[in-house]
Amino acid sequence: MRTPALFFIVLLLFVVSSCRKDVEVFMNEDTSLDSSAQNGFAGFYLLNEGNMGSNKSTLDYFDYASGKFQRNIYAAINPNVPKELGDVGNDIAIYGNRLYAVVNASNKVEVMDARTARRIGQIQIPNCRYIKFDKGFAYITSYAGPIEVNPNYTQKGYVAKIDTTTLAMVDKCIVGYQPDGLEITNGKIYVANSGGYMGAGNTEKYERTVSVIDLATFKEDKRIDVAYNLHHIKADKRGDLWVTSRGDYKKLASRLYFIDKLQQKVTDTLPIAVSNYYLDGDSLYVYSTEWSYITYSNVITYGIVNTRTHEIVSRSFITDGTDKEIEIPYGIMVHPVTKDIYVTDAGNYVSPGLLYCFTKEGKKKWSVRTGDIPAHFALLPKS
Amino acid sequence: MSNVLKTLLSTFLAFIGTHLYGQQTYRDSTRVDTGGVKTLRGVTIYTSVYKEVIPSQKLSGDNLKSLNSFSVADAIRYFAGVQVKDYGGIGGLKTVDMRSMGTNHMGVFYDGIQLGNAQNGQIDLGKFSMDNIESIAVYNGQKSDIFQPARDYGSSGSIYLRSRKPVFDSSKTTNFKGVFKTGSFDLINPSVLFERKLTENINYSISSEFIKSSGRYPFRYKRVYHKSGDIAWDTTAIRQNGDINALRVESGIYGNINRGVWNAKAYFYDSERGIPGAIVNNVWMRSQRQWDRNFFLQGSLQKNVLPKYDIQVNAKYANDYMRYLNPDPTLMHIDNNFRQQEWYGSVANKYSVTKKIDINLSTDFQYNTLNSNLDGFVSPKRFTSLVALAGAAELGKLKMQASLLGTFVDERVTRGNAASGDSAIAAPSKNEVTPAVFLSYKPFPQTDFNIRAFYKNIFRMPTFNDLYYTDIGDISLKPEYTHQYNLGFAYRKSRAGALLSEWQLQSDFYFNQVTDKIVAVPKGSGMYRWMMMNIGEVEIRGVDVVSDLAFSLPKGVLLNVRTAYTYQTAQDFTKRKSKELQKITYGGQIPYIPWHSGSVISSIQYQSWRLNYSFIYVGERYQNSANIPENYEQPWYTSDVSASKNIQFKRYRFRISGELNNVFNQDYEVVLNYPMPKRNYKIILSVEL
Repeated sequence: MRTPALFFIVLLLFVVSSCRKDVEVFMNEDTSLDSSAQNGFAGFYLLNEGNMGSNKSTLDYFDYASGKFQRNIYAAINPNVPKELGDVGNDIAIYGNRLYAVVNASNKVEVMDARTARRIGQIQIPNCRYIKFDKGFAYITSYAGPIEVNPNYTQKGYVAKIDTTTLAMVDKCIVGYQPDGLEITNGKIYVANSGGYMGAGNTEKYERTVSVIDLATFKEDKRIDVAYNLHHIKADKRGDLWVTSRGDYKKLASRLYFIDKLQQKVTDTLPIAVSNYYLDGDSLYVYSTEWSYITYSNVITYGIVNTRTHEIVSRSFITDGTDKEIEIPYGIMVHPVTKDIYVTDAGNYVSPGLLYCFTKEGKKKWSVRTGDIPAHFALLPKS
Repeated sequence: MSNVLKTLLSTFLAFIGTHLYGQQTYRDSTRVDTGGVKTLRGVTIYTSVYKEVIPSQKLSGDNLKSLNSFSVADAIRYFAGVQVKDYGGIGGLKTVDMRSMGTNHMGVFYDGIQLGNAQNGQIDLGKFSMDNIESIAVYNGQKSDIFQPARDYGSSGSIYLRSRKPVFDSSKTTNFKGVFKTGSFDLINPSVLFERKLTENINYSISSEFIKSSGRYPFRYKRVYHKSGDIAWDTTAIRQNGDINALRVESGIYGNINRGVWNAKAYFYDSERGIPGAIVNNVWMRSQRQWDRNFFLQGSLQKNVLPKYDIQVNAKYANDYMRYLNPDPTLMHIDNNFRQQEWYGSVANKYSVTKKIDINLSTDFQYNTLNSNLDGFVSPKRFTSLVALAGAAELGKLKMQASLLGTFVDERVTRGNAASGDSAIAAPSKNEVTPAVFLSYKPFPQTDFNIRAFYKNIFRMPTFNDLYYTDIGDISLKPEYTHQYNLGFAYRKSRAGALLSEWQLQSDFYFNQVTDKIVAVPKGSGMYRWMMMNIGEVEIRGVDVVSDLAFSLPKGVLLNVRTAYTYQTAQDFTKRKSKELQKITYGGQIPYIPWHSGSVISSIQYQSWRLNYSFIYVGERYQNSANIPENYEQPWYTSDVSASKNIQFKRYRFRISGELNNVFNQDYEVVLNYPMPKRNYKIILSVEL
């Protein structure tokens, strides 16, 4: 019986030795990147989207006082929240003393304390996309339109009006198909409709309008025709609007459009592709990633547009060659005081990305590993 | 057993931590069947039996029954070097990956002919129930038989599933079997089998099975605080939308002719299932549905035409329908259907040059089509011609096989739903010639000890989805190659009458390279747009160990223990544009491949009683090549037990068995956010006459 006995002893040893431990709550990791800086802001949050289905949307924080980057802080600060922050963080903003993270595939807006990132509650909105605020209300775009009994049913999206004191929805305004970015200026909400679910096989099915909602009545006033598949919308100092079109990913390239606030129509367009942008004063920092069917690779471009003169004043804001290393630029922010430029690299979407900090001259100051698909910034003012 | 060997074995077992398990390699169906049926399954084939020179693992007969496996995928988990990706539940997707080369490199053969899926290259082995499966064999490289269709040479690894074939003892002309399974997940699973001897040389069989399950099971997620270990959160919920309704009918006719055999079979599978989806924050239930309808007709003829010349003819027609529905009004409404057809024919010719040397020439032709209502989809058609030239030689102590496979692929597209103005261009033709060499050396004439080695270079074609899927596909994709190098040994000893009546050990060391791996990469900006590209490079270094022990204990008690263990490093050497990002993923273990994995299958048999225990261990792994804490997946290990009793009552043979799976109620995930069932049970009643 020697061999079987030995066998069972080894088996037993194995079973005992391989017992697994309980899974621990994620701890944030801190990296020192910079010296302490006084620049009017306490720090900034960086929301990582995480690939869809991975539930890996995470929150990072950069602290100006210590120069430290804190990676993955949400679970450490909110250890009791099942399944952490959620799936696909799509937008982040600070309003008052609260931090709002729009978590698209978790069908919610996470509401946190802006100073501590401690969870306060959540706003339930299916397929939510972007958020803006005005006079105590949050306005959130959603792809999830009304349910209709219709075999050819197609979903229109809406803008939800949320009371930020109660976190309850008080009203809803139906807009175009798959609304994305929104902007609030001059008593109006401007919503960029994309039609992203409709146009995959047929360009004509994309939306090409901006919905204009009157803030007072919360009703859609009119539509402004712009271009196919709109994405971002932003008002400049003068209240005029800069809208981006994704194009159809095929022959029609991405492009930047200008809506005059008085005429309420497109009066200018610039031949520059825009995946994302950041407006600082009159400088619109722009980058784009577009697929080329000629080279079968992503073509990445950077640029600065002067919103006053409508001129492309620069074709690069990264000047030290680091741009050659960036795989997929995905998020951008310019510090209002120091003019440091922050750019994220989403890499291959399924593994960690990078956050770069460049000086205003475009020289790399530092870079750091982030969560998966680092994307959206929110600057935290000093208290 | 000599002391030296005993020590060697013990050391081996101790060294590898004994999560080995074994498969039975050579003996199988001729073993005692407790039911008392004279099982001489498999009809004599008029070819010389060539002993295997290629590493293989096989489970059949009672060993297969002793596993509490519902689907083929459940059983395949017990093989060394094989990883199963299991999304959980009875209806959940289950795909197999051999030696970490990727699921598209596996060929799955059902009753001798490959199951195709030109659309995505994956065979969901969860759809194949164990009900009518008699044996499962897994081969690294290719099957050890040169007399086979060219397509059998065309995968990096192959799984052969064999369904039950009718066999009658002299007095009987009819067999009947009825089985009823029920248990957790509200499972109702009846099946019937009827076999009839039509003439002296022709047998007929029909079998049918129905599966209905709610797919509901409780699962639990829990996190504890760092250091203190106190519970941070602990949630138990019910898995929803994992229901399945499936019907399988298959029928075959098996004949003998002068110096040959033939068979023809039809297979039909129809199912509707829920896709349970990922569990993420605030979303604990999904509503996506999938319908599948698979039908195939296949036939095979093998005949010894001239004294030295054998011919084998195979043909198949397959028609597959799949519908995917996303009815969730808050998401993109999707209602897509995909229709695939395959026509296949093969002729293999074997010529025995001498008694020791055989050569084989096989030519196959295959035609695949895919149609879909997906927006922007072009309808591809693929013409594949395959020619394989192979030789086998037995030179005393040395046996060898070598083969050369030529693959010639030509594709066309029709416009399908592509918008006017969009390009609808077929991928360029591909002509590939790939070799394989297998050697086996038996140094001692009296000892059943073999050393074996092989090299194989093969590729997988980009699938229709890789090439043509709206927006994602890339027609310029090249095939994805694998290079396999293997060195191993097998030792076997039988000692009739001894306590340890039989034991065997086999082990293989291997190095595999996957080059031009087809990987989805981000395309353009945002919105989850992807593009397939040939950028991946993976290197796999591994060792598989399989041991098999059979004990004859006093009082007629038989104990069988099989253990298998695999150690693998499967590293991602994909070069990246960003050196800083490359540092994070370069050299990392590829997703979901554990370094250590293993299994144990054991059974005790006493008269009509049988007790089985099986154990699976999958070690720690990462969800991504970035091997960082956020991507860490815990090890998991489950123990399954079952007991069965055979009862003979007049002409009826009853069998009753009870199964308990995941005995220790472990909460685990094979794939991130897809929780697996906790402890569950099944009761099986069967009657044969």
